[in-house]
Amino acid sequence: MSVKHSLLALLERGPAYGYQLRAAFESATGSTWPLNIGQVYTTLSRLERDEMVEALPENESGQRPYRITEAGKRHLAGWFASPVRAADRPRDELTIKLALAVTTPGVDVADVIQRQRAATLRTLQEYTRLKADDSADLAWKLVLESMIFRAEAEIRWLDHTEAVVARAELPAPSPFGHYEPDPETSAPLEEKR
Amino acid sequence: MTVLHLRGVSRVHGDGENAVHALVNAELSIESGELVAIMGPSGSGKSTLLNLAGGLDAPTSGEVIVEGTPLSTLSKKKLAALRRRHVGYVFQDYNLVPSLTAAENAALPLELDGMGVGKARKAALAALEEVGLDAQIADRFPDEVSGGQAQRTAIARALIGERRLVLADEPTGALDSTTGEDVLKLLRKRCDQGAAGLLVTHDARHAGWADRVVFLRDGRIVDSSTPLEKPESLLEGAE
Repeated sequence: MSVKHSLLALLERGPAYGYQLRAAFESATGSTWPLNIGQVYTTLSRLERDEMVEALPENESGQRPYRITEAGKRHLAGWFASPVRAADRPRDELTIKLALAVTTPGVDVADVIQRQRAATLRTLQEYTRLKADDSADLAWKLVLESMIFRAEAEIRWLDHTEAVVARAELPAPSPFGHYEPDPETSAPLEEKR
Repeated sequence: MTVLHLRGVSRVHGDGENAVHALVNAELSIESGELVAIMGPSGSGKSTLLNLAGGLDAPTSGEVIVEGTPLSTLSKKKLAALRRRHVGYVFQDYNLVPSLTAAENAALPLELDGMGVGKARKAALAALEEVGLDAQIADRFPDEVSGGQAQRTAIARALIGERRLVLADEPTGALDSTTGEDVLKLLRKRCDQGAAGLLVTHDARHAGWADRVVFLRDGRIVDSSTPLEKPESLLEGAE
């Protein structure tokens, strides 16, 4: 899973603090992949170093929001435009990408789905071609079958997602509101600082 | 060699406000030896495209060219003859004539084209054997064979004679996954031997047997893959 790209996608909605980003990420992905706040700030620092985000002046509460830069926007667009390779998927980046695609302004969700479907189908074609080779041994064929079924499942899920998205009236993603720190969750950060 | 060419083909049902654009400006060429899968949601125009490709329906605009012959230039009689000689169809529900045996079904296109019964039967038995059906099955009626055997019969009928274009509409419909796969293997084999195949399917596993996949949405071709070249490339991800 790419925390970097997720944060960039969230910042496309507007400037936000680390805690807001963590909450928005968990909200967008149904809390399936909890994010450590330290991980959020470390990633933001790296993004700032790479000039993909910039820190804005602290507000009166001492919170420093970040804003995506033009370079960050280009990098994010490149991520959405590239299919996820099976080998690059230790966690389900595709699911996260689509969850963020439907909530990120300016992303053509149907296009993201189609690029992925075409890439996954191509992989499936290649597996099928390997399986059709009669000299392949049974164990290898079973492994191929497993990969074929996974690819098929992903394509069926993409088809389903496309239909659901097409029917849904996507609400405009709301910009971040005023940040109200939760005393319990903000305490560790204060300690860290 | 290009066996099928759809040049800017559109099909509109009705007119004015009630017009339904079933297919919009479709461009598609299929070469000899190539199997192309058409995928898309229900109502995206897949079956319309297949019916136009086989001359079962006529485009509102554009041209369908089969083996170099534009279908719009043919009389009804010549179009029927071209369909019999050059185009084979495989449908989801087999479409076999229930009162004819498997061999008689397979021989039907040849007999309709004027071939003698004996010669046509000989060709039918050879075609059935090629799809794995022996002489015993050949003399059974459609309701006396399994779904897989009925579909094999339909494929034998679709490819008998000199026909080099096979159009398949969800050909594995009610078959279980392994029997369905056997049907796809047969289509693949016939394409490897020089036929051109167009396969309409919902099923990504079946599209996996194709050389190229064309995606339809709302009557438009929205994406089309390039032919596979190096099957080994995926092994990098599998290791």
